[in-house]
Amino acid sequence: MPKTLFEKIWDSHVVVEQKNGPTLLYVDRHLVHEVTSPQAFDGLRINKRKVRRPDLTFATMDHNVPTSDRSLPIIDQISARQIQVLEKNCKDFDIQLFDINSPNQGIVHVIGPELGITLPGTTIVCGDSHTSTHGAFGALAFGIGTSDVEHVLATQCIWMEKPKTFEIKIEGKRKNKHAITAKDIILSIIRHIGTAGGAGTVIEYSGETISDLTMEQRMTICNMSIEGGARAGLIAPDEKTFAYLKGRKYIPKNYDELVDYWSENLKSDSGAHFDKIFTLHVDTLSPQVSWGTNPAMTTDVTSIVPFPEEYAKGNQDEEKAANKALQYMDLKPGTPITDILIDRVFIGSCTNSRLEDLIEASKIVKGKKVSPKVRAMIVPGSQLVKKQAEELGLDKIFKEANFEWRESGCSMCLGMNPDILAAGERCASTSNRNFEGRQGAGGRTHLVSPVMAAAAALAGHFVDVRELDLN
Amino acid sequence: MEPFKTIKSIATPLDKVNVDTDQIMPKQFLKLVQKTGFGQYLFYDWRFTTDGIPKEDFILNNPKYRGSKILLTRDNFGCGSSREHAAWALLDYGFVVVIATSFADIFYNNCFKNGILPIRLDMKKIESLFKTNSEIEVNLKNQTITIPNETISFDIESHRKKTLLEALDDISVTSQYEDKISQFEKSQLYPNSSFF
Repeated sequence: MPKTLFEKIWDSHVVVEQKNGPTLLYVDRHLVHEVTSPQAFDGLRINKRKVRRPDLTFATMDHNVPTSDRSLPIIDQISARQIQVLEKNCKDFDIQLFDINSPNQGIVHVIGPELGITLPGTTIVCGDSHTSTHGAFGALAFGIGTSDVEHVLATQCIWMEKPKTFEIKIEGKRKNKHAITAKDIILSIIRHIGTAGGAGTVIEYSGETISDLTMEQRMTICNMSIEGGARAGLIAPDEKTFAYLKGRKYIPKNYDELVDYWSENLKSDSGAHFDKIFTLHVDTLSPQVSWGTNPAMTTDVTSIVPFPEEYAKGNQDEEKAANKALQYMDLKPGTPITDILIDRVFIGSCTNSRLEDLIEASKIVKGKKVSPKVRAMIVPGSQLVKKQAEELGLDKIFKEANFEWRESGCSMCLGMNPDILAAGERCASTSNRNFEGRQGAGGRTHLVSPVMAAAAALAGHFVDVRELDLN
Repeated sequence: MEPFKTIKSIATPLDKVNVDTDQIMPKQFLKLVQKTGFGQYLFYDWRFTTDGIPKEDFILNNPKYRGSKILLTRDNFGCGSSREHAAWALLDYGFVVVIATSFADIFYNNCFKNGILPIRLDMKKIESLFKTNSEIEVNLKNQTITIPNETISFDIESHRKKTLLEALDDISVTSQYEDKISQFEKSQLYPNSSFF
């Protein structure tokens, strides 16, 4: 019987299967960070348990680390404590840690792939919902809660009910590849399927547009699978995948042999059954801007802030939610998106903080200045991204335009560190969630691509980047 | 974790869709390194003004629902971040049952790890609960919710029911399969063992 890529990875990781109940799956890679792990390590200590496979476990600190000068002490004592606790836990349990001063520190979903920890055909878990990012490499990767972090530390396995499968085909050719980005594709998908459209499923993205995307762009797509309700997103690995990983720090010694195995096995068979299918055509896709308080509340940059009753299409709960969102966002229906004035710009997060994101944004910014009314910051996803960007001189381009050039971390995507919005501030953000207060209590987030964020920083309002010269 | 007992309580109606875990447990409180003490921060930005004064119009601040053990809400509750702090906060505040039309996957899973019962009901049943103004009884063993003049039954995966009723510890359960795990690690079925 033909199998999907998901089913192949699932089947090759089954440790225990039960008739009525979840399956025990083996975990190949466990990524750990400071916020969702302390209670898990405590649990191990209380029950006198060990970490079963420290060699398959990697840790970094990303969520609450400051992005200012790393040579200075952390002012927030509670954050400092959480970081110290991770250091102690990694030391006590013999886990590889990329600490705040490591050249490999960065957002866990940026460093996994760039260090070659993320590999095709593997199972990867992390106490973070954006673990779906790693699916871009053909890995079955999903976020877990802290109890499961403890379970994986202790057993290297996870109990899971087999999800259903959802194929999202992305077809067509983008008219302008610099202006219509992976971010616009995934925002548009979520806009169509809704924030729970992928619930209970693993999404496999396929189609000619996916083949055309770079690895970093594929990561942006898989990253936001969770915003469509799916725990994992997958893309079958191809030559681009293998070329990206080759030579990375932690790839296995027999990498070339594995590539042969992966090329042959890691794809959905023709005729494989998917429980759900959705197709997005990108030929006429416009840059996307979110207007509300969940990622499905998104529209074209050329459009207007929608009228709740039109948006809700008869669903009263959604209409109520849209009204409340507009109130929170302080927006009036009918306002052109390009008339929305912004106060802040954030280019960063596990969705859009990689080298290509910064290169694309720098093309918009070069030789120009951030609007005097806007405070704009760039937070590279990792120390390695930062270094590579500096080698290309991107830091100078951004700094000359009055962008802040900061150290790596999750930063204002979730505002656990000092990088937050003040109440009422409006931000064009390349992150993944526009929930109420996500970037700071009372802050207002509009999700956009890096080029859209850069252009908004210069203009002080949203602009259609297709009107700019991006070559 | 305590074995799940029958719950009798008024249900607190949180009439919203897509309540995300950033609302249940705002990020400024994720820095604690223990599992307890999160209840005071539950729905913090909805519950309190920036000066920390309770907002009268938020349902949890209505004295009628003080001590309520059941939270009643709508579609896609618990979406977004995987933070288990959301479940810890609900439990610490006193909620042991959450009833909704649907839940986000990770949150749903996190509930069972902490002795919270998430119940999925169809829209019609949810509506009748929203109209109920008195105490309701949730009986997991019988899979029923009793409101005046009506008993509503609900579905739950049998293994999850067992986990709650017997307060099972997942890791102890998994440890019984130690030989299978070791066997998997030794097998060359998948080229995992050759990674290092």
